Amino acid sequence: MNEIESKTCPVIANHIKIALVGQPNVGKSMLINSVSNAHLHVGNFSGVTVDKTEVLFDYKDYHFTVVDLPGTYALNDYSIEERVTSEYLSDNDYDLIINVVDSTNLEKNLQLTAELMSVGKKMVIALNMTDEAQKEGIEVNATYMSQLIGISCVKVSAVTKTGIEEMINAIIKEFETTSVEHKLIFSEAVEEEIEKIVSYLQKHKYKSRNSYRNIAINLLKGNKKIYAKLHDEPLWIELQPILIESSRHIELHHDCDDVKEAFAAEYSAFNRGVVAEVVSEKNAEPKKTLTEKIDNVLIHPILGIPIFLFLMWGLFQLTFEIGAIPMDYIDAFFGWFGDTVGATIANDDIRSLIVDGIIGGVGAVVLFTPNIIILFIGIALLESTGYMSRVAFLLDGFFHKFGLHGQSFIPLVTGFGCSIPAYMSARILKNDRDRLLTLFIIGFMSCGARLPVYVLFVGAFFSPEMAGNILFIIYISGAMLGLIAAKVLKLTAFKGVDEPFVMEMPKYRLPSFKLVWHTVLTKTMMYLKKAGTFIAGASMLIWFLSNYPHNTVLEEEYATKIEKALHVEDKAALQNKLDETLLEQSYLGSIGKFSEPIFAPLGFDWKMSVALQAGLAAKEVVVSTLGVLYSLGADVDEGNNSLISAISKNIPFPSAVAFIVVIMIYLPCLAASVVFTREAGGIKYFFYLLGFTSVIAYVLAFVAYNLAVALT
Amino acid sequence: MKKLSDCQKACKVKVVKLSGDSELRQRFISFGIMKEATLEILEHAPGKSTIEVKVGKMRIALRAKEAELIEVEKI
Repeated sequence: MNEIESKTCPVIANHIKIALVGQPNVGKSMLINSVSNAHLHVGNFSGVTVDKTEVLFDYKDYHFTVVDLPGTYALNDYSIEERVTSEYLSDNDYDLIINVVDSTNLEKNLQLTAELMSVGKKMVIALNMTDEAQKEGIEVNATYMSQLIGISCVKVSAVTKTGIEEMINAIIKEFETTSVEHKLIFSEAVEEEIEKIVSYLQKHKYKSRNSYRNIAINLLKGNKKIYAKLHDEPLWIELQPILIESSRHIELHHDCDDVKEAFAAEYSAFNRGVVAEVVSEKNAEPKKTLTEKIDNVLIHPILGIPIFLFLMWGLFQLTFEIGAIPMDYIDAFFGWFGDTVGATIANDDIRSLIVDGIIGGVGAVVLFTPNIIILFIGIALLESTGYMSRVAFLLDGFFHKFGLHGQSFIPLVTGFGCSIPAYMSARILKNDRDRLLTLFIIGFMSCGARLPVYVLFVGAFFSPEMAGNILFIIYISGAMLGLIAAKVLKLTAFKGVDEPFVMEMPKYRLPSFKLVWHTVLTKTMMYLKKAGTFIAGASMLIWFLSNYPHNTVLEEEYATKIEKALHVEDKAALQNKLDETLLEQSYLGSIGKFSEPIFAPLGFDWKMSVALQAGLAAKEVVVSTLGVLYSLGADVDEGNNSLISAISKNIPFPSAVAFIVVIMIYLPCLAASVVFTREAGGIKYFFYLLGFTSVIAYVLAFVAYNLAVALT
Repeated sequence: MKKLSDCQKACKVKVVKLSGDSELRQRFISFGIMKEATLEILEHAPGKSTIEVKVGKMRIALRAKEAELIEVEKI
């Protein structure tokens, strides 16, 4: 998710460093995207941004550094992503805070604003989603609100890009003024206690950068940092009893035993007051909002889950059906391209490297771009409409039975796209055990890179009418296996209490065409870029390993045999035999032969074994390796040299089933393994994962192979 | 006392008391589920394992087990 790497800005006088803070799903990342030319990932659910991201841009004479922080409902370290935000705010050096709020739900958003006011930094409030508020007949008086709370408030809309310039001007103005005290007024009872502490600090002329009022509020709220700081001061001995007494008064006033709860009630009362003053709603909220009407159907207790399954099934049908249309053209293009390029190269070895190695390998991967695009569109829609949270709601009960958290659904679904962001997004889970458990089973959700392998094998063994269904079954059974694995892990390695499930359900939003197009384009370009770089490199390596060492004796022996042969068919058969034997004697052949006994019980020949091992680097490499191996070897006959037909001719059905099972379960790829290790917090977890997935993959593939043999 | 988990669909209630550990209570509060807040039960997930409530303009999903910790009264 960290596409924009943090760069350091040259430190000059006009450098403004901004912390972008707000509740989840209020459009922080989108706002940055519309201010600068950044392309941060945006979606419609809480927890899209899980790590801080820096974006730089220039405006007028200023350099800006904006730090996009994960959304948080309050500053209380509930989950890892929320901790990132509250730690950044209290420990780092920055000039001011932009607090992004959702204009359509000001009261709830101000709860965080009120907490931010006591951080003691300059602040600008961006009243985002102004366009949506207008549509709903909600009008916020920004000028009045600025006066009322002593913070400049600017109406903006990240979607329509309005008010952006005004916001930046407000930031510059705020940056250049000397600090102004925010006007957050508490109830009389609390104000009295604040006054007591302030006058005590005044009496002792306590030296601090922050105002006495700010210190007093933080002390009363039980802010650990301020406590620790004052604890070492001489005045603490006298201050402590005053504080205890004050806290007791406040708790008594609010009739509760938790001062934090009391402050929440204070903030809430203040916010209601502000909202009553500055917000005017033209049309009273209808009895049922559009979101609630849609929810009546989509999260219906009986219909909800069937609808979800139907949508998923539809997605895989489309992936196969529509994805198959341009495939023939792409295949034909690479065939033609290989022939054309090959014709210009005189040297046999170089021609083979370019045509069979690079073009064959990369072409095999590029072939599946249409399928990938459709899958990405599906996931982008799921992310941006707000449906994702509904599915988490529907499935929480079911997931819970397997020891998983409903919110695990979000990383798991992300895992259908790519495991890497999925591992990152597991940070929305509060509890480390839940998070580790989720991390371990994300790999069971087949990522986009495995899709080419499935499409290849399904296309080779099933009729086009069945293919979409088979694809759906592969994905669903992968997910089911993941759940069972979760249950096993929960009962053994990750025993423990269940964590609470409290989650916001965002409003449904019609995703903008631009947004979906952009997300899909970025991901597709990444796929193609990988094909052009990593996969091309891997293909060259595989080509080299499968062509060397040359066995000149054998080549000459066959050359004379071929010359002596009488019929054309015999010549071709001999040439085939030669190619096969050469391949078997190559480095790759030796590796394959060496590991063949391990994979023999699963019915794999050495080519499949090699493809699987190469697939540890990335799943696309499985396809490109098969592409290289089968374009070198056995398919010089019949004239039809597409990889799909080569597979259906050379691989028996039971072996193919076992192969798919292994692909479904074993490690996603090298890059994902690195991210997994980082997120799980130690290399030992990687070895656990490697062992865990390899054993399951092997055992299940063995069972599947023998079942398939028995049935066919 | 009535618990939120016992409430039927479309029922409107007022929060009387929050129980549970401090962390969870903070979580409730940060979602606006605090004393005196009005909640409306919108939907139950299959098997009543999870419920959706409306707090102000926000919709929150929570498990029945968590809803048991919220004492409410009918309004």
